Amino acid sequence: MRDPLAKQVVQLKPSGIRKFFDLVAEMPDAISLGVGEPDFDTPWHIRDEGIYSLEKGRTFYTSNSGLMELRTEICEYCKRRLGISYDPRSEVLVTVGGSEAIDLALRAMINPGEGEEVLIPQPSYVSYEPCAILAGAKPVIIELKAENEFRLTAKELEDAITEKSKILVLPFPNNPTGAIMEQKDLEAILPVIEKHDLFVISDEIYSELTYLNEHVSIASLPGMKERTILINGFSKAYAMTGWRLGYACGPASILSQMTKIHQFAIMCAPTTSQYAAVDALRNGDDDVAKMREAYNQRRRYLMHAFSEMGMPCFEPFGAFYVFPCIKQFGMTSEEFAMELLKEEEVAVVPGTAFGDCGEGFLRISYAYSLENLKLAMERIARFIANHKK
Amino acid sequence: MRERILAIIEKNSRIDLKELAIIMGEPEIEVANELKAMEEEGIICGYHTLIDWEKTNIEKVTALIEVRVTPQRGQGFDKIAERIYKYPEVNSVYLISGGYDLLVTLEGKTLKEVSGFVTDKLSTLETVMSTATHFILKKYKDHGTILKNDEVDERMKVTP
Repeated sequence: MRDPLAKQVVQLKPSGIRKFFDLVAEMPDAISLGVGEPDFDTPWHIRDEGIYSLEKGRTFYTSNSGLMELRTEICEYCKRRLGISYDPRSEVLVTVGGSEAIDLALRAMINPGEGEEVLIPQPSYVSYEPCAILAGAKPVIIELKAENEFRLTAKELEDAITEKSKILVLPFPNNPTGAIMEQKDLEAILPVIEKHDLFVISDEIYSELTYLNEHVSIASLPGMKERTILINGFSKAYAMTGWRLGYACGPASILSQMTKIHQFAIMCAPTTSQYAAVDALRNGDDDVAKMREAYNQRRRYLMHAFSEMGMPCFEPFGAFYVFPCIKQFGMTSEEFAMELLKEEEVAVVPGTAFGDCGEGFLRISYAYSLENLKLAMERIARFIANHKK
Repeated sequence: MRERILAIIEKNSRIDLKELAIIMGEPEIEVANELKAMEEEGIICGYHTLIDWEKTNIEKVTALIEVRVTPQRGQGFDKIAERIYKYPEVNSVYLISGGYDLLVTLEGKTLKEVSGFVTDKLSTLETVMSTATHFILKKYKDHGTILKNDEVDERMKVTP
């Protein structure tokens, strides 16, 4: 029999998280700080709308792009929160999570096999690189640095550019580092983007979770709406991960091609989720503010705890992760995470799961109650006291 | 800052000052001063514990009593409310809009004790026109807290 598999797929590296998932699954008492999703339940009024839509028998397909009602609310939201105007008829696509939108954007813009390059800052979310490869692009990794608080600088971007560069993935607020790009940081890379005629896929799924200033989207900067696919969704802001609902906004010419792929591959995003999401955008601002405040309290607590135990960590102002440095312990990230799990039964994710340049760091999620975090910090403090050189 | 303090301690009055200051990102001394000021101003009236008495061996009966009264000239409902809230067995007294005037909650050891209070003391007050007593059979949620403790973290333990 012939080999049924595609080489390109077989050669993809499996996610570095898988290994930890399997290990932790066998340790029921372990405290995990390893999740990438909110600990809150979806606010009740949003769930209620989902239930109501089921009661009403709204179990049909929606249009490929998503319910007009929802697209209109998404545009309202972009106007209200980001100051960007999109046309709900042609510049918005509702997707199955932000992840689908990433995949669609890359596939709609890359010519496979022509060596087009996608610039991917790392450490960052695990899907950009494989999605770029599957779309037929060559991923070019930009290694972000702790001394820049893991923000992307103009020089780093410029240095990574070749004549084949086509797309820049901009993953801020960032998973796993918690880094943000403020307006001044975005303005600094703007000339480089324009000079080299790059398109931007801006993954802003954590945009509601920033703790310094209001989030600024690169698409709101002059001239950038035309070259940016803005990706967001409901998972993080409204604690709706399981509903699988995201969206992309951008120029109609690109969005119509993304919609074509979506139409053939997915048909439409889940209808129940879409009805619930309409309510999230209309009536969810207070819930978002409450959750943001709770995350911020935990973030401050963790920063304090790490500084007390002598673990260096830059102060992250976004998402719900901190990214402490463990280089002083003479272990790799993976060794450290493994030992910590064995000795103290605390699960964290090694920074290397998000790119090689995550070496020397850990991702610690604070999507947990303060009580849980306190317990975990006691154990981590004991662990590092035992391992300090 | 006051609103932020209140939002936190309303849910957890046992939080210690140091931790409160850390999670708020404010200097400890300022948080302490605000707390003290709010206690003095009567904004913070007490630090209570929410107890699910059903899980203990202590018998308790709680009743909600609707009370209709004749308001008195010059004093409205305040005088009669005061007469009622001075009884130590009375938990709370609210002035209510709608079909009746005062809502009184009461705790007693037995049904008999509570009904005894209503018939002997409450109904006999001069301005009380009528009462309707409702006994609480089960508390599901109290002070914003669901009294059933079966929350488990069902998320997968490690996700990207």
